Amino acid sequence: MSSTFDQIATIIAETCDIPRDTITPESHAIDDLGIDSLDFLDIAFAIDKAFGIKMPLEKWTQEVNDGKATTEQYFVLKNLAARIDELVAAKNAGA
Amino acid sequence: MQLDYFQLIDRIVELNLEDKTIIVEAQVPQTHTIFEGHFPGFPIMPGVLLTEAMAQSSGWLLLGITKFERMPFLAMVKEAKMRGFVSPGQLLTIEVKVEHEGSGFAVTSAKARVGTDLKCSANLTFRQIPFPDPSLRVHMDAMANKIGFPLQAITP
Repeated sequence: MSSTFDQIATIIAETCDIPRDTITPESHAIDDLGIDSLDFLDIAFAIDKAFGIKMPLEKWTQEVNDGKATTEQYFVLKNLAARIDELVAAKNAGA
Repeated sequence: MQLDYFQLIDRIVELNLEDKTIIVEAQVPQTHTIFEGHFPGFPIMPGVLLTEAMAQSSGWLLLGITKFERMPFLAMVKEAKMRGFVSPGQLLTIEVKVEHEGSGFAVTSAKARVGTDLKCSANLTFRQIPFPDPSLRVHMDAMANKIGFPLQAITP
């Protein structure tokens, strides 16, 4: 089974037409890959469906806007993968 | 359907918040200046207006789900397919289902029929944000009343 990072990298590559081999765990979705907010909606939809979760994008955005978090915490892909793993674990714990 | 005001939905037939579906009706006017240009001798509803009708139908469903707390704004149109001509005077029946509710966005699938004939379909994505202006909320309340939005469905 592919890792969470591999899955989201594939989703990003297919959704945004970005070559898969240019997407690394260190890639910042916005700063490095140039993904805009509309494309990120598409990515969020695909990730939500693939992992059976609801990524709290609004909460994350609010935290960034309030200075309580950095974009790197959520949008560097290795960190995004970690957040997704947490959401999946929380979902499974509550199931 | 009041094309000049971009109000394309006439009546909500059925709203099911449990299944997250809605059925609405939209009466295409018999005459309108749009049909003079689109097209002379062969008047048909423009595909963009059919897409907008599916978007507005989706919007009413999403308003119901959020209990009018958030206004849905169309963000993405995918797989929009115009499968048949829609002529002046025809009654559109539009069915929408929510495919996904994300954080601050939602995805719907919509189908519009005339009778049993499927005329168009699309997958639509909406951003959902708090009403940006109180007057818009007032307007949507008035529109909801006008098209028979079942307010009891969203009342606790």
